[in-house]
Amino acid sequence: MTEIAQPLESSLRLTRRALVGSLALGAGGLLTGCDALNANQRFRDTLRLAETGNMAVHRLMGGRSGLAREYSPRDIGHAFPANGTRMPDDPVYQREAATAFADWTLAIDGLVERPTRFALGQIRAMPRQTQITRHDCVEGWSAIGKWTGVNLSYLLDQVGLRDSARYLVFHCADTLRAGPYYESIDMVDARHPQSMIAWALNDALLPVGNGAPLRLRVERQLGYKHAKYVRRIEAVADYRLAYGGGGGYWEDAAGYEWYAGI
Amino acid sequence: MNTAAAPLEIQQDLAPPEPVPAEQDHYHARSTRVWHWVNLVALIALFMSGLMIFNAHPSLYWGEAGNRTEPGWLMIGARGETGFVRVGSVQITSTGVLGRWEDADGISRNRAFPYWATIPSDYNLADARHWHFFFAWIFAFGLLAFMVVSLFNGHLMREIAMRSHEWRPSTLWQTIVDHARLRFHTETGESYNPLQKLSYIAIIFVALPLMIVTGLAMSPAVDAALHFPSIMFGGRQSARSIHFIIAFALVAFLVVHVALVLIHKPLTLLRGMTIGARR
Repeated sequence: MTEIAQPLESSLRLTRRALVGSLALGAGGLLTGCDALNANQRFRDTLRLAETGNMAVHRLMGGRSGLAREYSPRDIGHAFPANGTRMPDDPVYQREAATAFADWTLAIDGLVERPTRFALGQIRAMPRQTQITRHDCVEGWSAIGKWTGVNLSYLLDQVGLRDSARYLVFHCADTLRAGPYYESIDMVDARHPQSMIAWALNDALLPVGNGAPLRLRVERQLGYKHAKYVRRIEAVADYRLAYGGGGGYWEDAAGYEWYAGI
Repeated sequence: MNTAAAPLEIQQDLAPPEPVPAEQDHYHARSTRVWHWVNLVALIALFMSGLMIFNAHPSLYWGEAGNRTEPGWLMIGARGETGFVRVGSVQITSTGVLGRWEDADGISRNRAFPYWATIPSDYNLADARHWHFFFAWIFAFGLLAFMVVSLFNGHLMREIAMRSHEWRPSTLWQTIVDHARLRFHTETGESYNPLQKLSYIAIIFVALPLMIVTGLAMSPAVDAALHFPSIMFGGRQSARSIHFIIAFALVAFLVVHVALVLIHKPLTLLRGMTIGARR
């Protein structure tokens, strides 16, 4: 018995040492290995399959009209953070801001029956929709605010969407480091009852930091989809033909998911 | 002794006096072995990419909402050249490891978790999210498959389920005492001792499923479809906090789990969980 136990003991001890050593080595190797994988295009394409899966499952669960939760006025935060652009540096925008956006217009064109340019006053005079919802940023924070604006579906019906229109591209007045801001959504989100072009936050006209005078609310997706400073809505057959092809500023500039439901 | 009986006696001496109680069986079914390692890879990828995602907003809150206009219950940050971790009103200096640290090139960075703990190692929220959601699918469906297979192949009821007598305080206490003396197996005929069973049950049926549900609770689309995941935790930011806490509880489990394997029978246990051969 002792004859067998002796070598077994020492081999175990060796293994323990080897294991601890390989753990330390493994930690270093893991890092470089993961970074190498992260740089590999085929691996990256594989990772991106999750986005397709997430969208399919979310649409299956929520359908076309699953509603984002709405809150009571008590839940509204004392301040709604402004993220991304706080003040567009476009001089034209700044001039318009100085005159309370009196001359601001919202163009809706592309694959529509009656391309139209709406004055800000016209938008504000349209039937109002108000909702107290939670804004979820891709970074991880949330804020609850009360949004007032015009239902996006109502707006689309004013211009008449053509059957070939499958996406909406939102062109914005702010330009960041990599180019002008824009976003795009499909018709499921465009026709969702809570999707709106908002012009007021917490019972006051939209502040510049939150996208004055008009911004998109698309409540079932993360904050970067909620385009601010919207000047033009273009109905298109394929968002991949616009700008960098990713369907949005952050999608192009940083590789964020086009579908931002999680 | 007569000569006729002698060979018989020798034979009896050579043969074991009675069947040796089967050496603790460390064999694992193929489904268990595959899941164990796939799950390990997925959890490491999820944890490290999760730390990067946390770096994008290194504060945690309770309730539905929470953002920079209010202090969170936990924050990792830097003030000047000092990195800190603040929990409630208690603040600990953590320069070099958390909040402010030097990257591989010796450049000081003000980020919560250091480069050696995150995927990718350079700050990139978009890439971390791609990793996180891809491995989340592997993790979630792997766990589901393991649960279903373990139910049908008997693993669950045979090895993991607690026997009624194992719930006795005296039995549980005896197991704790045995653990403290680093004696892990007493002859009970069970594959796992009660403490082991309880920790596996807690991990497989509580902690891991909670990671999935708290993760889903943070999704605005899932929240719109099914309100309960977010509501049951007290809101989206509470779910995010719980997600973070359980992630570190899983790391603690991993450390204890590996330590116990190492001080018990590393080779035998590793063989049972890899090639699965009986010794």
